[in-house]
Amino acid sequence: MTLLQDATSPAKAPKRRKLSSELSILGVLVGIALIFEVLGWIFVGSSFLANQQRLSIIILQVSVIGIIAVGMTQVIITSGIDLSAGSVVGLAAMASASLAQSSTDMRAVYPALTDLWPIWPILAGLFVGLLIGTINGLLIAKTNIPPFIATLGTMVAARGLAKWYTNGQPIALLTPEFTWLGRSFNILGFPLPLPVIIFLVVAFLGHIALRYTRYGKFTYAIGANPQAARVSGINIGAHLIKVYIVCGLLSGLAGVVTAARAASAQAAMGTSYELDAIAAAVIGGTSLAGGVGRMTGTVIGTIILGVMMSGFTFLKVGSYYQEVIKGAIIVLAVAVDQYRRSRKTKA
Amino acid sequence: MLSPSTVQAIRESDAVPGSEYLLDVTGVRKEFPGVLALDNVELRLRPGTVHALMGENGAGKSTLMKIIAGIYTPDAGSFKLRNQEIRLSSPLDALENGIAMIHQELNLMNPMTVAENIWIRREPRTAFGFIDHRELRRRTDALFKQLNIPIDPEVEVGKLSVANRQMVEIAKAVSYESDVLIMDEPTSALTEREVEHLFEIIRTLKAQGKGIIYITHKMNELFEIADEVSVFRDGKYIATKPASDLTRDDIIRMMVGREISQMFPKQTVPIGGVVLRVRDLALKGVFEGISFDLKAGEILGIAGLVGAGRSNIAETIFGVTPASSGTIEIQGKTVSVTSPAIAMQHGLAFLTEDRKETGCFLLLDIQENAQVASLRSGYVRYGFVEEDRLSRDCEAMTQALRVKTPDMSEPILNLSGGNQQKVLIARWLLTKPRILILDEPTRGIDVGAKAEIHRMISDLAGQGVAVIMISSEMPEILGMSDRIMTVRQGRMSGMLERAEANQVKIMEMAAQ
Ligand SMILES: Nc1ncnc2c1ncn2[C@@H]1O[C@H](COP(=O)(O)OP(=O)(O)OP(=O)(O)O)[C@@H](O)[C@H]1O
Ligand SMILES: [Mg+2]
Repeated sequence: MTLLQDATSPAKAPKRRKLSSELSILGVLVGIALIFEVLGWIFVGSSFLANQQRLSIIILQVSVIGIIAVGMTQVIITSGIDLSAGSVVGLAAMASASLAQSSTDMRAVYPALTDLWPIWPILAGLFVGLLIGTINGLLIAKTNIPPFIATLGTMVAARGLAKWYTNGQPIALLTPEFTWLGRSFNILGFPLPLPVIIFLVVAFLGHIALRYTRYGKFTYAIGANPQAARVSGINIGAHLIKVYIVCGLLSGLAGVVTAARAASAQAAMGTSYELDAIAAAVIGGTSLAGGVGRMTGTVIGTIILGVMMSGFTFLKVGSYYQEVIKGAIIVLAVAVDQYRRSRKTKA
Repeated sequence: MLSPSTVQAIRESDAVPGSEYLLDVTGVRKEFPGVLALDNVELRLRPGTVHALMGENGAGKSTLMKIIAGIYTPDAGSFKLRNQEIRLSSPLDALENGIAMIHQELNLMNPMTVAENIWIRREPRTAFGFIDHRELRRRTDALFKQLNIPIDPEVEVGKLSVANRQMVEIAKAVSYESDVLIMDEPTSALTEREVEHLFEIIRTLKAQGKGIIYITHKMNELFEIADEVSVFRDGKYIATKPASDLTRDDIIRMMVGREISQMFPKQTVPIGGVVLRVRDLALKGVFEGISFDLKAGEILGIAGLVGAGRSNIAETIFGVTPASSGTIEIQGKTVSVTSPAIAMQHGLAFLTEDRKETGCFLLLDIQENAQVASLRSGYVRYGFVEEDRLSRDCEAMTQALRVKTPDMSEPILNLSGGNQQKVLIARWLLTKPRILILDEPTRGIDVGAKAEIHRMISDLAGQGVAVIMISSEMPEILGMSDRIMTVRQGRMSGMLERAEANQVKIMEMAAQ
């Protein structure tokens, strides 16, 4: 008997492995920041990091992407994708801004509905997200259309709706109560913009949902092996609808925040945000093959994106080059994911 | 338990000059994080022989085979093939050196045809560099004819039963015409008939002077096919001996280091009322006319040949592939079982045959694999998983089933095949089912753990759980079942009471 007991309890190798993936992403973040710091001293002659304002701007810039990335992470874990997220941002921004105009605007979209309580534009934006998310979910769960195609369709359609809504006219002159959502607060002497707080709260809730709820466990199971998930009693269709609704709602919220921050809205808002959100998730360790990913990784991935954008601007790299480099980094992140997976199965 | 001195004596007794060996592997060590999978093990394979490798689940058998087949790199060890030192860096490298392997888990591409799977990366080409489908077909036909395998080469692998996929794997490995052929539990999904067939193939290969390393947990196979037996225990080499010098008990003693009861027949328990009534169940083109009653506390065994439709019947009862006609009555109520979720609502549980496709979540850890089916109706409050209670129960269950692992957060991918199977059994037992359907429950499980699992199933029956058990292993079917249903070509061909059942009758009723 002693033999068996020995066999079942060899030296405990605790959960170190799981943490290590987060640590390595964090290491990448620190590494990138340090590279910019060094390049900063060489080419610009000033420090990249020792600039409190820049640090808060970095996170502010990516907070909208981050809010989407929280939903996108869950979608990708189910081995799906939501390409419509950026269009939802545009449509939600338009919808919410149209209900957030102040009566000073002579050409308001709804002249009778100006100076409304900010809750109405917020609800309008969320409703747009709910709607498109539900359509995505139903298309994917009830027909056999792959997520890529289904959300490509809603991506084009939602962008079209956003343009049609005001005939392509931007919406401006929003009430200060609404644009308050894009403002900053002073917390312990630190300027904290509200969008950043929203991002962090959303990410925290997303983390809790993925780690500690049945919703989260089923999300991983479906991504890891849909056939086994079904045999284990998971209603895959119903669950996927939930996941795409969550992603849609968060994209809608991102649209509301975008409009509030800009104090205006236009149909092109949020263009290609879905790609940035996917990039943030993938850089943060979420696997496009499904079943793998964590919210903490996505938050770090989002910040990495922000540091890079701000770093390139700081080094005065042209914006076209920036796009090229960003593209290369996304490809690199996916390649790293592939490599990690092939090593996992090979040991 | 063998004393160190006997082990030493055995080792010395088989010290023969190296030139006799086709493959000579010594001093192999392989460590995974937290697990020393192989510690100074050796294996010597002679040409024209079948060398059986035995050991408990997690003893390191598959790990050594994967090293020999170039999949894992060892931490230490010397490898001689035909007396030449070799170092294999990849499976391709191994194939080129004449080493082919049939893996414990199926490794075929489901959307591709049988022929495409077999000749993958070696497809015959036309003058323009396209795949020559006619030649592909011809080669596959020739191979299947030589091996006497009645499978259509043009059919998609995903449409085949697990057993037929296993036969395709075997054909594929043989097609490499390698000198060393490794078979890691090739028969775990086969019935006696296909096993016989496989043995014929093996005997032919043997006569051609090839060396075969054969891993199995089925003792009776061993004495039929093996020339030599090597035993591993906990990653250590124990001994190598001619099969004819060994008895069943010798091997088990070497494997586990203690005496164990080999079989655990079902105890007699009070049989309750009918909990599952199946009438005229049919799935178009697969099976029809299936009718039976299942009572609380009863174990109904289902026997039959591969392709008879046993697994399909189980899948239909559980709602994986809903029936095209017929009725299912659970606890007196007619239920339209159109999905596994509905079946589970009515207290059913179903351990599937195919560990990799419909069983394991390979990327997830043991805990997550064990708990997934229980979350639907238990262990959740306001959407939140009750982690403490759940992990306590999962750990207790996996320990009762003797899953060998450093801890519960180990990815299930890293477990040995038999240990994965135990985790899947734990998954379904944790749902506390009233009707438990088991498809090849002890597939790949070692002798000791098998008796343990049989005891648990018997205990469950004692608590009033009704069990349907599909098994290709005669002793298991005969030892565990209260009644035995035989299935032939998608139809019921008989129902035997425990007292009247024996191997011959079952085989007769199962054969066409
Ligand atoms: N890739 C891996 N990473 C970590 N541990 C591993 C890995 N592969 C195997 N192990 C561990 O090594 C040990 C030996 O595993 P192996 O698969 O060789 O067992 P086995 O003898 O083939 O058992 P079975 O009869 O169940 O198939 C087990 O404890 C297993 O958990
Ligand atoms: Mg094995």
